[in-house]
Amino acid sequence: MIRYVLARFASLILSLIVASLVIFTVIEIIPGDPAAFMLGVNARPDTIAALRTEMGLDASVPARYLSWVTGMVQGDFGQSYTYRTPVAGMIADRVWVSLPLAVYALILSTLIAFPAGIYAASRRGRPGDMAVMGATQLGVAIPNFWFAMLLVLVFAINLRWFSAGGFPGWDRGVWGGVKALTLPAIALALPQAAILARVMRSSLLDMLGEDFVRTARAKGLSRRQALWRHALRNAMIPVLTIIGLQFSFLLAGGIIIEQVFFLPGLGRLIFQAISARDLIVVESVVMLLVFAVIVVNFAVDLAYALVDPRLRVKG
Amino acid sequence: MTMSRTLMTASAIALLAGMAAAQDSVTVGIQLEPPNLDPTGGAAQAIDSVLYSNVFEGLTRFMADGSVVPGLAESWTISDDGLVYTFSLHAGVTFHDGTTMDAEDVKFSLDRARAEDSTNAQKGLFAGISDVTVVDPLTVQVTLDAPNGMFLFNMAWGDAVIVAPESIADIASNPIGTGAFSFADWVQGDRIELTRNDAYWGEAPALASATFRFISDPTAAFAAVMAEDVDVFVGFPAPENLPQFEADPRFQVLVGNTEGETILAMNNKMEPFDNVLVRQAVSLAIDRQAIIDGAMFGLGTPIGTHFAPHNPDYVDLTGNSPYDPDRARALLAEAGYPDGFTTTLKLPPPSYARRGGEIIASQLRAIGIEAEISNLEWAQWLEEAFGAKDFGMTIVSHTEPMDIGIYANPDYYFQYDNPAFQQLMTDLNLTTDPAMRSEMLKQAQTIISEDYVNGYLFELAVPTVAKAGLQGLWLNQPTAAVDLTGVSWAG
Amino acid sequence: MRVPRSLISGAMLSLLVTAGALVSFVWTPYDIEVLDVAGKLRAPSAAHWLGTDHFGRDILSMIMMGARTSIAVALLAVGIGMALGVPLGLWAAARRGSLLDEVIMRGNDLVFAFPSLVIAILITAVFGASAVNAIVAIGIFNIPVFARLTRGAALSLWERDFVLAARVAGKSAFRISWEHILPNLTNLLIVQGTIQFSLGILAEAALSYIGLGAQPPVASWGRMLADAQTLVSIAPHVALVPGLTIVLTVLGLNLMGDGLRDLLDPRIRVARS
Repeated sequence: MIRYVLARFASLILSLIVASLVIFTVIEIIPGDPAAFMLGVNARPDTIAALRTEMGLDASVPARYLSWVTGMVQGDFGQSYTYRTPVAGMIADRVWVSLPLAVYALILSTLIAFPAGIYAASRRGRPGDMAVMGATQLGVAIPNFWFAMLLVLVFAINLRWFSAGGFPGWDRGVWGGVKALTLPAIALALPQAAILARVMRSSLLDMLGEDFVRTARAKGLSRRQALWRHALRNAMIPVLTIIGLQFSFLLAGGIIIEQVFFLPGLGRLIFQAISARDLIVVESVVMLLVFAVIVVNFAVDLAYALVDPRLRVKG
Repeated sequence: MTMSRTLMTASAIALLAGMAAAQDSVTVGIQLEPPNLDPTGGAAQAIDSVLYSNVFEGLTRFMADGSVVPGLAESWTISDDGLVYTFSLHAGVTFHDGTTMDAEDVKFSLDRARAEDSTNAQKGLFAGISDVTVVDPLTVQVTLDAPNGMFLFNMAWGDAVIVAPESIADIASNPIGTGAFSFADWVQGDRIELTRNDAYWGEAPALASATFRFISDPTAAFAAVMAEDVDVFVGFPAPENLPQFEADPRFQVLVGNTEGETILAMNNKMEPFDNVLVRQAVSLAIDRQAIIDGAMFGLGTPIGTHFAPHNPDYVDLTGNSPYDPDRARALLAEAGYPDGFTTTLKLPPPSYARRGGEIIASQLRAIGIEAEISNLEWAQWLEEAFGAKDFGMTIVSHTEPMDIGIYANPDYYFQYDNPAFQQLMTDLNLTTDPAMRSEMLKQAQTIISEDYVNGYLFELAVPTVAKAGLQGLWLNQPTAAVDLTGVSWAG
Repeated sequence: MRVPRSLISGAMLSLLVTAGALVSFVWTPYDIEVLDVAGKLRAPSAAHWLGTDHFGRDILSMIMMGARTSIAVALLAVGIGMALGVPLGLWAAARRGSLLDEVIMRGNDLVFAFPSLVIAILITAVFGASAVNAIVAIGIFNIPVFARLTRGAALSLWERDFVLAARVAGKSAFRISWEHILPNLTNLLIVQGTIQFSLGILAEAALSYIGLGAQPPVASWGRMLADAQTLVSIAPHVALVPGLTIVLTVLGLNLMGDGLRDLLDPRIRVARS
């Protein structure tokens, strides 16, 4: 067990290092001079050169990589080129929009998907199952940004139940923040719920065909008892993987949704930073997202090992 | 029973308080968020939109109608040779941190702007200053290299506002100015908050606080206004929605003009645009009205040269380039391109460029010119089109006021090099007599029109959508600004 | 062999869209490169079955041309994913447990870890927005999907009798992979390919929506939606038509994928990332 954890941990560190190298390399290639962009159309070459020196853009590439990595390890994500404030602060502010949004969407999607998937599995082949499957087929096919457009049209513009977007800030009250994140969370959650429901259903159905379930039924348990007591617990394994993957996707994939609802989150930050060629911000935020995903995968792997000893590859 | 009565009273008070609060604060929506809060250190228009005249003030300032009036300088005298300006400053002016504003601060601001290592985006405004001297705490003397009829106009720009050495260190995140409002908070990506400056030297504004919200997406802007999340949106990015607002009694729609000449710039040093016949052909192939209708849903005034139509010195030269595809084809053939040619059309983000570009590409295709569209972000556009001059055509709106002088710079991105025009501009800068200036400006407009330097499309309009009760908003944008000092709620 | 109902309905929808795309090469009701600004935003009528957009272009013609873009991008992206992912997966399975296997699996995990949309934005920021770059961006993320799928399926095939027999006979791992393993994977690949194809359509729509896919005058469903956003309350058909088209296309492909799975091998568990 210990060896397994250590192996996974070593792999995590390796992944992080490779990821940071890849990110840094890719971003260094992006053409576009941040200084020229910041100073605008009528700016003179000497002012641009002055700004370049001020921002340290003239140092060598390896030197900048090392200082970036050592800084990050210490929690210093550098200073944004465009905003002139520490990136760590900007990230912290926006994480408190993106993270709750991802969690909210995850909760909604789980709340919808689990009952739907279980219901469909228990009613396999019958109209109930068909209905749920049909709905999920539709849910998977809807582009979430189009769905967001429709939600805004109906609930914000016509019914005026929600505001069309924006985020008042948590300091103005938790309820206000939650309300502002509701439509975005629904738009994000729906396609995910559809996927999750299908996975839940198919995973359960697989389990129901497994030996240990047949044994349970042979022992006299009813179909329902077999479902709940044995199949469900084991069906959770692939479901857990999907949830882990979903969380990463929700965190990063909210970019488009954040644009539609003008939420000041990480997604929009990346977009704006790329447009502004604010390299430090782009590097740091992408690194953070990749870090989050790698860590979540690691956690899921650990959870696997705890739940199912059969899945440990090398003892 | 007592419980619910208390509750009712409490909610009644809250409601009244809410109503009262709504009447002296305003939420302004604008498209672009400023990247930082130093109007003297960067050129982003958005910085001025939020801070100009609200938080920062200069020696002179723009009024809503574009006229230049005294600002921090109460009055001034100009020496006979036009070289020395002596400004008398208002007394009792303080910065938002309590320090006094005096001639030392003016000297500091001007010297900082014109220094070698200055990052001021409009350094050219200060280039002609040879010396700034403090005569006494309320009098400052500025000496120029040569007379400049535009000097007072230039000092009204957002890049020339007065800042203080005590607060200059973190001006980018904590701007300290002398204006009627002081900076309160910046939630990056979302909003900036200003509050009334109770120690303001001038007339107190009606508003006690203001919030600027940044909404770049046109749909989000529409939704925000409809949902009444913002009280006013300056520079509303979706003109197609205006009729809806006009029909809605909750809102008022103001359509004003700007100093933005929207042009189809052609790279005058790149083949085949170095041939005036080709440029003329392009100009005649364009249907301005179709572009205005298709890209701006009817907002905008056609222009025939690089000058604002609302300016009294404007000459209507649209007759030099009417929509005439047949003649355009003939001109192309005459220039040696009977089968047309292929070129690039690089477009920055604004919809006048993206939409306008698609329309123009279609119009040019009709006379045989194949324009390959590249949609670029501002940073890319700055590098490729503006910096490296690697483009055949591009569309951009030049929003600086009175900027016809850019045609005298052969290195400017469209690379027009006409010595006669350059001489005219030099002469113009040295002329202060209004009648003579007017003549020269008209001449300048005619030269660049007849040379077909660029395709002159239209003057950008600025639509503002506001709640019906809001008064005092600027109709036009003589400079990038959302001046809230004169804004109030009716009733 | 009973053909599943889902396969029939899915195939019909998919064929309808494909037909639209193919016909567009020869004929569309109107030429989308000719703008008619005066005739903009007309509701569906006899002259324009699906109405006109903000430039006066016929929406039906735009949809047909857009089908070309979506199908081309998604198809090529799947092609990239298969062409590179399947060999990687086979290789890893053949050398299971080795460093190579480990590297390939870690590489897969790494690519999975990157937020795909951000990478797509980065790629188009570096190399410019275009259909080709969209293909590359989407294709890159298809590679680990096929690699992982192939490796997993191949691993279990390596234990089978006929493979053991081949190994005893002295055949190389490469020949075994090529002659024995791969042919048995076809069904799985067809089904997964269909699923990835439908995901590719959605990805292309998303990229075009934020402006990073095919550029004007090439038509694209996602860009039609982006252009239509501000017009939703004035002329809803401009936003509804492209959106519904995407939904129906993806739905058709998914149904077809499910139907194929049921037809070819109901025991196949399809990986949906």
